[in-house]
Amino acid sequence: MYEWLFYIFAGLMLVSGFMVVANPFTRSPVASAMFLVVAIVSMAGLFVMLNAFFLAAVQVIVYAGAVVVMFLFVIMLLNPVERSRRRGWILGVVSALLAPAALVLLLLKAFYALDGGDIAETPVLEGGARELGELLFSAYVLPFEVVSVLLLAAIVGVVVLNKRETE
Amino acid sequence: MTELLMCLILFLPLLSAVLITLVLKRAAGTCGKLAIAAAVASFGFGVLVFAFESQWHGGVLLSVPWIELPGLSVGFGFLVDHLSVLMLLVVGAVGSAIHIYSYEYMRGDAGFSRYFAGLGLFMFSMYGIVVSGNLIQLFIFWELVGLSSYVLIGFWYERGAAADAAKKALITNRIGDFGFLVGILMLWGLTGTVDYDGIKNALSENPGVLGGLSTLTGLLIFCGAVGKSAQFPLHVWLPDAMEGPTPVSALIHAATMVAAGVYMLCRLSFVFLATPAWPEALSWLSAVTAPLVIAWVGGVTALLAALIATQQDDIKRILAYSTLSQLGYMVMAVGMIAPIAAMYHLTMHAFFKALLFMGAGSVIHAIAREQDIWKMGGLRKRMPLTFLVFLAATLALCGVPPFSGFYSKDEILLVAYGQSPGLFVLGMFVAFLTAFYMFRLIMVVFYGKARSAVVDKAHEGSITMTWPMVFLAVLSVVGGLIGVKHYLGAELAHGSVGESQWYLAVFAPFVHAPFIALIGLAAVVLGYISARTMYLGAASDPFPAGRALLARVLRRKLYVDEVYDRLNAVTQEAAAVFADWFDRWIIAGVCVRGAHGTTELTGRMLRLMQSGSLRAYSFWFGFGLVIVILISKSL
Amino acid sequence: MIGLEQYLIVSAVMFGLGLLGLVIRRNVLVMLMSLELMLNAANLALVSFSRFNGDLDGQVFVFFTITVAAAEVAVGLALVIAFFRKRHSAGVDELKSMRL
Repeated sequence: MYEWLFYIFAGLMLVSGFMVVANPFTRSPVASAMFLVVAIVSMAGLFVMLNAFFLAAVQVIVYAGAVVVMFLFVIMLLNPVERSRRRGWILGVVSALLAPAALVLLLLKAFYALDGGDIAETPVLEGGARELGELLFSAYVLPFEVVSVLLLAAIVGVVVLNKRETE
Repeated sequence: MTELLMCLILFLPLLSAVLITLVLKRAAGTCGKLAIAAAVASFGFGVLVFAFESQWHGGVLLSVPWIELPGLSVGFGFLVDHLSVLMLLVVGAVGSAIHIYSYEYMRGDAGFSRYFAGLGLFMFSMYGIVVSGNLIQLFIFWELVGLSSYVLIGFWYERGAAADAAKKALITNRIGDFGFLVGILMLWGLTGTVDYDGIKNALSENPGVLGGLSTLTGLLIFCGAVGKSAQFPLHVWLPDAMEGPTPVSALIHAATMVAAGVYMLCRLSFVFLATPAWPEALSWLSAVTAPLVIAWVGGVTALLAALIATQQDDIKRILAYSTLSQLGYMVMAVGMIAPIAAMYHLTMHAFFKALLFMGAGSVIHAIAREQDIWKMGGLRKRMPLTFLVFLAATLALCGVPPFSGFYSKDEILLVAYGQSPGLFVLGMFVAFLTAFYMFRLIMVVFYGKARSAVVDKAHEGSITMTWPMVFLAVLSVVGGLIGVKHYLGAELAHGSVGESQWYLAVFAPFVHAPFIALIGLAAVVLGYISARTMYLGAASDPFPAGRALLARVLRRKLYVDEVYDRLNAVTQEAAAVFADWFDRWIIAGVCVRGAHGTTELTGRMLRLMQSGSLRAYSFWFGFGLVIVILISKSL
Repeated sequence: MIGLEQYLIVSAVMFGLGLLGLVIRRNVLVMLMSLELMLNAANLALVSFSRFNGDLDGQVFVFFTITVAAAEVAVGLALVIAFFRKRHSAGVDELKSMRL
């Protein structure tokens, strides 16, 4: 059962991930955004299978609920049209594949040699809001505060970037 | 008390030099008097040190630690023993006499006070050499002496020849001093100390402590003496140094500074007692030992200088070559490990050669700075006192008993007779030449007829010029009888030297080595006779008739200067061509343009990657990541 | 049997997909989404390490990553909008004015 669920979520995630970057049917960014939602939700499923319940929730809320919505807003706002494809596209894609393919091959080779043991035999570690919260407000309180500053900086940055010049 | 006296001796001349330079420069008369007072006071204190011998027992007094490093400890102190006290007295006596003499001789010169400041600096440096107890202190004062010599040779710096001579002296000395410094470093490196005593102890404990470098070290130390004491082949600066004022020539370039090389060799004579050895690669030179080289360099210098002196016309140059020749004798004596004989001759030579120069100066002063002997003549009548002292000094130099030079020269020839027949014959021939050129000088300058109008009006200088000459004349006459040798003997002898009465001392050489004394005397008489027959009453030099080639070669000082000029031109040209090539191709080409070119090329290549395409950047990012992983895996 | 290596392999493939998207797509918005994919791949690896090591630190780290990613997307999208106002395009090939 666990295995089946893993393969379903992983497969779904990889396929939709592929659809995000290289949808063979359409180049529309809206489609990409939609497949991104699917990928993210599948990943949340994987998180659940790893007992990271809090993160799974955060993943869905932040990504599907906020990030993708933001993407959609921008797409709506700008309505960008992808220009016509350039010549030599096939060659370009093949050469562009080189770096990611090499990286993935390298990583796969390394991971195949790994023996992490069966998940069923490793002790369960609950990643609920309580456990994470305790850690966040004890050992990681300084990074936590720093992140708050980062968010503030992001807010200010966004406002400054998009403020219209008043005449 | 001795410490205080030594301090005063050393620093009084410096004090006077500093005061003159900084405060009294305008008041010329005061400067002269101050400098004379300082010099005479130093000499007086020297006499006190000598008189109260019971106050000191030899060794370094008041040694102040100066440089303290791991493996190097240099003190600044006063080495007081018979050798240094004798040298103090010589420098003090001749120096004081010259100071007083200069007061008249330099009167009216624009640089009067500068002159006395220079003399003060020189006296300070010379005393410093004498009292140094270690090689570093010695080398510092050694260089200071060179500096003051430079200042005084170039005293009339507005004259091109004087300025050139000063430069020549300084540069030639640099060559010797470089070798000397390397020698000092080698001694330090091999024995671990720069103190005379330390090195001496190290050598007496183990004569082989210098190992394969012992001969080389000895020769490098000797290099210093070759430069400072103007031995062949670095002798060229001394005749040119006669461009300086005559009293300077008398003090620095006849009596004291040039003798510093000999003094240093006597001081360090223990170095030449080390087991002679060469490095492995040079073992085919094993027959050559440092003392042998030193003795022969001295001998050759003595011979060549004496030969050249026979055909010089400038009165000071004749005396300069004579100085060279006598220095050659002393170095020869050192080379035969006879430091007593060397120091003995040094002392006597200081007296009579300073006197000769002062006599020459007196003549030059009287006839409006004319130095060509063929424009003088008949001065015997006009300047009887000068003639007398000059004659006394000449007899001393030639070695006529009972004048001082006879005893010291006899000593050296005695050693040579015992050690090396070749050097003995050479020494005898030089003695003959010495008598020949000195009596040639006397015949031409003091006998015959006046050859120019100015000579007829010549007259003796004032009392400040004559009395110092008389003082030195007395020393020149009796110097051989006052026991200098015995005084030194206690310090340097490798055997004991018996005491003797002065009246016995007069005939001593005839008693214990009559053969040598008589041959020496015969050489002198032969030289006198040939000079007399050739030059008495001659209007011009009869020597070149029939011997034109020889005369010309001697007149041109064996063409040594010309050879050096040519060599310099060739080496400089080669060095310049190389430097030009190096600058053009290595510095400008490889270094400057290379650095610029590499940077630009790299920049241009990297610029190709800056396509501005985000996608290309991400591609390279991924690619770089792969490479990083590969590298970190392989590590 | 599911172990650490399966999760890591999925994560590596996901990362490769993200990189691929970054390289081949010209649309800035899609490139930003690809970035999100790469970040998520890293998150997955972190969470699985956390799970298999029995240590919650990895999950805390993911929490921070998500925060940073959200901030990054916000700023990135703001930049896209600003850029679009100037050039009327979301094509990344237009972004070459800094090139020499």
